[in-house]
Amino acid sequence: MSLKMPLPDQRVLARRDEIIAALRLIVPGEGVIDRPAELRAYETDGLTAYRQPPMVAVLPETVEQVAAVLRYCHRHGVKVVPRGSGTSLSGGALPLADAVLLAMGKFNKVLEVDYEDRLAVVQPGVTNLAITKAVEGEGFYYAPDPSSQIACSIGGNVAENSGGVHCLKYGLTTNNVLGVQLVTMDGEILRSGGKALDPAGLDLLGIIVGSEGLLGVVTEVTVRILPKPETARALLIGFPTVESAGQCVADTIAAGIIPAGMEMMDKPAIHAAEAFVNAGYPLDVEALLIVELDGPAVECDHLTGEVEAIARKNGAATLRIARDDAERATFWAGRKAAFPAVGRISADYLCMDGTIPRAKLPHVLQRMRELSAQYGLGVANVFHAGDGNLHPLILYDASKPGDLERAEEFGADILRLCVEVGGVLTGEHGVGVEKRDLMPAMFSEDDLRQQQRLKCAFDPDSLLNPGKVFPTLHRCAELGRMHVHHGALPFPELPRF
Amino acid sequence: MAQHNPQTIDELRGIISDACAGGGKLEITGGGTRVAFGAPNRAADQLSLKSFSGIIEYDPAELVLTAQAGTALAELNEAVAARGQGFAFEPFGAASSTIGGVIAAGVAGARRVSAGSARDHLLGFKGVSGRGEFFNAGSKVVKNVTGYDLPKLVCGSWGRLAALTEVTLKVLPRPPERLTLLWRGLADEAGFALMRAAMGQPVDVAAAAHLPGQATLIRLDGFGPSVAARAAYLETSLASHGVPERLNEAEAAPLWAKAREGEDLPVEPPLWRLSLPPRQALTAIAPLLALGGHYVADWAGGLIWLALNGHEDEIRRQAAAAGGHATLVRAPEEMRARVPALHPQAPGIEALSRRVRRAFDPLGVFETNRFLDETNAD
Repeated sequence: MSLKMPLPDQRVLARRDEIIAALRLIVPGEGVIDRPAELRAYETDGLTAYRQPPMVAVLPETVEQVAAVLRYCHRHGVKVVPRGSGTSLSGGALPLADAVLLAMGKFNKVLEVDYEDRLAVVQPGVTNLAITKAVEGEGFYYAPDPSSQIACSIGGNVAENSGGVHCLKYGLTTNNVLGVQLVTMDGEILRSGGKALDPAGLDLLGIIVGSEGLLGVVTEVTVRILPKPETARALLIGFPTVESAGQCVADTIAAGIIPAGMEMMDKPAIHAAEAFVNAGYPLDVEALLIVELDGPAVECDHLTGEVEAIARKNGAATLRIARDDAERATFWAGRKAAFPAVGRISADYLCMDGTIPRAKLPHVLQRMRELSAQYGLGVANVFHAGDGNLHPLILYDASKPGDLERAEEFGADILRLCVEVGGVLTGEHGVGVEKRDLMPAMFSEDDLRQQQRLKCAFDPDSLLNPGKVFPTLHRCAELGRMHVHHGALPFPELPRF
Repeated sequence: MAQHNPQTIDELRGIISDACAGGGKLEITGGGTRVAFGAPNRAADQLSLKSFSGIIEYDPAELVLTAQAGTALAELNEAVAARGQGFAFEPFGAASSTIGGVIAAGVAGARRVSAGSARDHLLGFKGVSGRGEFFNAGSKVVKNVTGYDLPKLVCGSWGRLAALTEVTLKVLPRPPERLTLLWRGLADEAGFALMRAAMGQPVDVAAAAHLPGQATLIRLDGFGPSVAARAAYLETSLASHGVPERLNEAEAAPLWAKAREGEDLPVEPPLWRLSLPPRQALTAIAPLLALGGHYVADWAGGLIWLALNGHEDEIRRQAAAAGGHATLVRAPEEMRARVPALHPQAPGIEALSRRVRRAFDPLGVFETNRFLDETNAD
């Protein structure tokens, strides 16, 4: 593998038995897993190109156990990698050979639902979809809906700030979380946010969400739930060119319409999806848009008419409006199955996740075609068109020597291209290990150091999920240093007046 | 105390590094509209960011605007309104308010309850830390999870982390119609119950406020036919509270302004801003009203503006017991000198917050004792 992780600490590995014995005192019974065959179940997450069994896996059941495990590891200099359901697409839960894997799956209870204040308090191992299941009987739902929602946990969603197809209208995880209980690496149990809207002081919750398991272990989450919209309507629109599809998206937003979902697929993705699920997608178009509108029926009817007119003005080749919820589900079936569909036509694929300003889409797709020819690897594109979040799927065959490396280089070129046109490395999957070494393409050394200083405020010994997000591990003492001695000015190059 | 008015980022860096070297203190100001917030008599030089003004980039189709942090909020509101757009968190302020000040104070208007606050709409920023280093955080696209979400952290940070020079905000289409449903004369319990019931209906309520003894307001934003249908739905489902009046945007504006900052409340007593779980709000404030307090409620009951003389400990005790907190917004100097503006938090959170501040400002250049929570920076 091309990725370099921190070298295992031999002194920790030498103490493995002692560490396991100590952990067993904290989490009794089956909660500590140390047999190699069982540890293999935890060796990877959704980024399956990388595998590394942990030194030991611990499955705590109470916040006190989490705190005790972290306190022990902190005191003894043992690294910890937190894990939810293990569906991260960026390797956020990739274990380390000398680390404890803290698997939060037993925190699987919905603790409280308050329909009047429209919130739910849940444990982090509850799956994303289970929150909606718990409240849908009363007509509510939890809005962020990553594709892995039947499996991914809300704790993992908090760590990754997960998105989904509805986030243009309803926001990412961060916009739908009101509070967390968090255990820091030294074993302190803290609460940030809660049932009120604004924080009392610094918005620590805002940085905990999306911190990829580097700042603390979340043990409870308070989420906002929303009344389920009365109606949803979907349009399936084929276009002769990617440009015309892109213009349709831009014109829709310019008309003041923020659809609940607006997804685009390019020709290779359309063909793969259609072959897989027979959704009735047109095969002779270059781009396919799914536009979903939700709200009261009268609003959906009104906006469906508007979007139809905009699509026709932009030269739509085909246009269907779902007659009922069953047909709407069929429209979505192909898009939701796009990843496995591509998995059928290719031995392996890498899923990328850059965001670009939408206007740059034709340019980016053209460059991607050129790169595809250059690397000799196919690429299929699915795209959250409303917010510019691209998911190029790079097709490769891991059994061919050099293919993975070429696919990774191709992916890195795509992400650099996203940054070059004014976008970002990751829109919703996280940096993890996958995009770690690309961070300098987007951030200067000063930018990255400032982010790492924040890490130092939470975990000065860098024991929690090290080797993720940041390309270079700096010691906190080095990051904190200020070169001010005896009144001598820092930055002597600056003009004074 | 000196007044600095840097014109360039290098000048700004120079001022901050000089303060680092000389043990100086800097209070960052934008429009200067909130200098009376927090403890008075702060021994700090004023660092005005007013010169960092102007829109850098605004592409309505991308739903993104980048401006220098000292740009007047009014100028930005005008620019986006001209393109049929707006900031969904409905920031507000005085004529001289700057966008940097709005961000630093975490300001949000009535629609905060449905659309989020400044923190939900700030996509990226540039600024100079208390180390004198210029840095960039976040991005200029609406969907980004690359690195820590520092834009969330600077919202409501009151200039204690960095001097912001540039901000990138999400903009959204301005709803073509805004209709307010007005119920008159509901008792407090009924008014709060009505707001909660409305928020729980599938009609996408934009805002909800209660002005005691006067009015309970529910606002619906959107396309005309949709707003009409949703209003009819609410009139039916909330029929037990009586038949509401329908107010257009201009008619309703003065009422929403009262809820926004409590402008109708008696001006003599100190003004508090309580952030509470809406269902607990009335219970929390009942003993405070019995002590002579007056209030208005916004954010469906989640935001209470309270005017009450004295009793600061009781106000904070009640707010905390309900799961919320109380901010002292306006008070005589004597009171501001001894009562922290921000609600003291659990020791673990206070300590962590201090370490986070030191991560941006190791020498405490931006610590002016305005918040009475720092004796001396380490």
